[in-house]
Amino acid sequence: MTTVSMTLNGKKVSANVDDRTLLVQYIRETHGLTGTHVGCDTSQCGSCVVHVDGKAVKSCTMLAAQADGSHVTTVEGLANGTELHPVQAAFREHHGLQCGFCTPGMIMSAVDIISRHGADIDEKTIRHELEGNLCRCTGYQNIVKAIQAAAQEMHGAKVAAE
Amino acid sequence: MGVQGIGASARRKEDKRFITGQGKYTDDMVLPRMGFAAFVRSPHAHAKILGIDASAALDMPGVDSVLTGDQMIADEIGNLICGWMINSKDGSPMNMGAWRALEPETARYVGQAVAVVIADTQAQAKDAADAVVVDYEELPSVINAVAALQDGAPQLHPEASRNLIFDWEIGEKDATDAAFASAANVIKLDLTNNRLVPNPMEPRAALAEYNSAEEHFTLYTTSQNPHVARLVLSAFYNVAPEHKLRVIAPDVGGGFGSKIYIYPEEMVALWASKRTGRPVKWLCDRTEAFLTDAHGRDHHSHAELAVDADNRITGFRVSTIANIGAYMSLFSSCVPTYLYATLLSGQYDIPNIYCDVKAVYTNTTPVDAYRGAGRPEATYLVERMMETAAGELGISPADFRRKNFVRTFPHQTPVIMCYDAGDYDATLDAALKGIDYDGFPARKAEAARRGKLRGIGLSCYIEACGIAPSQAVGSLGAGVGLWESAEVRVNPIGTIEVLTGSHSHGQGHETTFAQLISERFGLDMDNVSIVHGDTDKVQFGMGTYGSRSGAVGMSAIVKALDKVEAKAKKIAAHLMEASDEDIQIEGGELKVVGTDKKLSFTEVALAAYTAHNLPEGMEPGLKEGAFYDPTNFTFPAGTYACEVEIDPDTGKTEIVRFVAADDFGKIINPMIVEGQVHGGLTQGIGQALLENAIYDDNGQLLTASFMDYCMPRADDLPDYELTTHETLCPGNPLGMKGCGEAGAIGSPPAVINAICNAVGDNSISMPATAEKVWQACRAQTQMAAE
Repeated sequence: MTTVSMTLNGKKVSANVDDRTLLVQYIRETHGLTGTHVGCDTSQCGSCVVHVDGKAVKSCTMLAAQADGSHVTTVEGLANGTELHPVQAAFREHHGLQCGFCTPGMIMSAVDIISRHGADIDEKTIRHELEGNLCRCTGYQNIVKAIQAAAQEMHGAKVAAE
Repeated sequence: MGVQGIGASARRKEDKRFITGQGKYTDDMVLPRMGFAAFVRSPHAHAKILGIDASAALDMPGVDSVLTGDQMIADEIGNLICGWMINSKDGSPMNMGAWRALEPETARYVGQAVAVVIADTQAQAKDAADAVVVDYEELPSVINAVAALQDGAPQLHPEASRNLIFDWEIGEKDATDAAFASAANVIKLDLTNNRLVPNPMEPRAALAEYNSAEEHFTLYTTSQNPHVARLVLSAFYNVAPEHKLRVIAPDVGGGFGSKIYIYPEEMVALWASKRTGRPVKWLCDRTEAFLTDAHGRDHHSHAELAVDADNRITGFRVSTIANIGAYMSLFSSCVPTYLYATLLSGQYDIPNIYCDVKAVYTNTTPVDAYRGAGRPEATYLVERMMETAAGELGISPADFRRKNFVRTFPHQTPVIMCYDAGDYDATLDAALKGIDYDGFPARKAEAARRGKLRGIGLSCYIEACGIAPSQAVGSLGAGVGLWESAEVRVNPIGTIEVLTGSHSHGQGHETTFAQLISERFGLDMDNVSIVHGDTDKVQFGMGTYGSRSGAVGMSAIVKALDKVEAKAKKIAAHLMEASDEDIQIEGGELKVVGTDKKLSFTEVALAAYTAHNLPEGMEPGLKEGAFYDPTNFTFPAGTYACEVEIDPDTGKTEIVRFVAADDFGKIINPMIVEGQVHGGLTQGIGQALLENAIYDDNGQLLTASFMDYCMPRADDLPDYELTTHETLCPGNPLGMKGCGEAGAIGSPPAVINAICNAVGDNSISMPATAEKVWQACRAQTQMAAE
C-alpha cells in the first residue's frame, strides 16, 4: 500500500491505496470523480485524459503514485463555478458530442491542444492532434469544429483582457 | 432554452451533464458491499471442458465465490435465446444449438465464459479468475463460414448438421431464372462483407442487486432496450418474474446494435447477486468487448444481374453465406434474412429477384445486428453491382441507375417490401451537383499530372426502418411486437414529463422529443423532461435500434399528445364557457378564437388537478398514454458520392470529398440529424478502409484491441458535405423515416466504387487498406508494362 497525495481540482486529497492503483482508478474509485472514463486497456482511446501539472495525460497510463504531489485537473474541475469553460461551451454549441462517453477526455485533450497551438489552429492540425482520442459517435467533424471555435473564442478573450 | 419546435437545431438538453463530467453511466454506480465479477474464459476456439478446479482461486485474498455453469443449470436458469424464428426452404425450423451463459461442457469460441469469480475488488477478481484451472481437451475448429459447410468440417452443435442453421430463400426462383435465360447481358460479382466489431466507446457493464426479503432484483446495465432485457431475463432465462426485476439503463455510451442483446455476463451478474447475497458489478474491459460483444456483417455472396438490350434490369439473383458465429444471438437470424434480402431491390424497379441464404455456425464470436444490420450488406451488394454492371455495359453509372429507378409509389418489390414514398432522382441530382460529377475528368487528369490516381464512386442506398408493423414482423418470425409506447404527464404547474419506451444512448432524445412538446403547446423546452431507460418508470417499450425512435417512438408521443391536447381543450372550453372546437393553443396559452379570452397552459393543468370545476363526468388529472404500431416500414434513401485520391507509391487512399444527399422525411432537429449522418458515414468508411475482425486458423481473434483493430480516427476522415431532400413518409403522423443508420448503410460501396474507379481494378475488397490498394496499383502497373 502507498499513500498518494495530490491537489485534485484545487483540493488537497490523500489516500492509502494499493501500489498498482492507476491514476484513473484513484480519481474514479478512491475519490468518486466519475467524469473521467475508461474506454480501453491499451491507452488508445483517450476517454481518461486529465491534466497533470497542466499537461494532458492518459490517466490509465500512469500509476496514482507517479502523480503524488501533482496538481491534477479532471473534467469536473474545468468550469469556473457555473460558468462553462469555453471548450465545454463550444462542444455543446457545435454538437461535438453524442453519447458523451469520450467527451471528458476529448475536452481535456482539446484544452491542451489549444494551449499549445493558439487561436489560429487549422482543421488539419486539430485532426492530427486528436490521434489519441477515439469517438465512435460523431465522426469527429463537429468536435473539430468545436475546438476551432473554442480556440478563437479563448484567443479573443485573451486579447480583450490584455 | 425557449420554445423550439420542429425544424429547430435546438442545442441538446442532455449535454450539460456530459461536458461537465456529471453523466451517470453503469460503471459510475456504486452500491454498499458490492463485489466484482471476473469471468474465466476459454482460450480455445473449440474444446471440451473436462473439469474446473477453483480451489486455488478460492484461497486467494478477497475471493467470495467461484460459480460455474452446472450451478446455473441447478438453479434452473434458462439458455440464451434467438428471438426470431426462420424456417428453411423445406419448411423446417432453424437448427439452434443450446447456448448457456456459463458453458459446462464444450467451449465454442475464444472468450466464451466458463466460470465467474466474485471478489471484493476488481483486481482480486481478475487475479483469481487467472488462478481457476480449467482442463480442456482441444477440438478442431472452423472459422470461415464457407469452410464450415464443407464435408468433414468440424461440427459445432449436434442440432445443426453440417453447421447449417437454415437454408432460407426469398423471391421467385423460376421467374428469376427465366429472366436470366432471356437476358441480353448477365453481370456476375462475388463479394465479401467484412466482419466488424461495433466498439461503442463505453464497454458493457452490469451492476446487479438482489433483495432477499422482497425477492427483488435491480439491474443497472448498458442496454439499448431495458424492457426487452427484462422480458427476456424473466420469460426465457427464468431469473425473476417481471414485477420482481427492475432494469435500469442509465446514461449509455453508444450502442450501434451491440447493446440490444442480453448477454451471458449481465445475466450471470444478476444470478450471482442472489447466489452471493451481495451486489455484483461487472465491467467489461476492451479486449473482452472485442471477444464477446456481438460482431457485425461477415457475409460471402455471389450475385448475378440480368439486363435487357435497353439496359433495364430484368433479374437479380443472389446466393449468400452468413457467418453467425458459435451461437445464435438474440436477433442474429433476422439480420441476414428479413433485414437483408428484402432490400435487394435497392432503389430500382427489378421485376424478378431471388435470394438464398445459408446461415452457418463457426467457432467465432456470435454475429448479430450492427448499425444497419443486413441493410449495409444488401446495399453493398446492390451498389457494387450497379457500378460493376455500368462498367461492363459501358454506360455512366449515374445513367444506369437513373434508367432503373423506381418512380411511382407505392412500389411493391418482389422481396416483400412496399416502398411508400421517395424521389431518388432528387437525391442523385443533389449528390452529382454537390460533388461536381461533370468536372471529375478534369480533376482526374490534374491528379494524374501529379502522379496520383483519382476515382469517383456513387451509392444510391435505400433502407427499411422502424422494423414494424408488429403483425407483419410476427408473421415473419419475430418473437416480439415492434410498436412503441409513450406517456405524457402534465404536472399541476404545467411542466411536462414524457415517458418513452425508446432509449437514448447518444441520439439526443431528451432534446428532439422535447421539441415536439415545445411546439405543440408553445412551452419552453426547459419545462419538459424526457424520462427513459427505467422499467419502474416507463411501463413498457421496445427500445432503440433500426432507426426507429423517431418514426415509431415519436409517433407514440404524438398520439399521447393528441389525447392530452383534446382533454386540455375540453377543460379550457368549460372554464371559459366556450365550445371545444373554438379553443386554440398558441404560445403556451389556450385561447377562445375570436375573443380575448384565454387561460395559460399552467392554469388549465392546475384546474385538471384541483378538479374543482371540471366538465361533468370528467376524471381529474392530465396524463395520457399511447401505444403506436406503424402501418409499414419506413424507407429512408439517398445518394452518396465519394471522390478519392490514391498515392500509387504508398497505396494510401485519401477521401478528398464526400457528399451525402439524404431523404429522411421530416427532420425535427437538423443539427442532431447531421451528427447522426457524420457518425454513420464514419462507421461505413471505417468498414471500407480500415476495420476488419481477423481470426487466425486456430480461432484466435488477432484484432482484439485498439492496437490491432483499426478504428477511424479524426485524421482518417474528410469534412463531410451534407444535403437533405424531404419526401414525407405517409405512414406516420410526422412523416419521419429515420436517420441513424443511413450513413453506415450507404457509404461503404461509394468508397469502394471510388477506389476501384481510381485504380482500374474492380476486385478491391473491404477494407481497402493501403497495402491492398498498393498491391492493386502495382499489379496494374505491371499489366500495363507487359
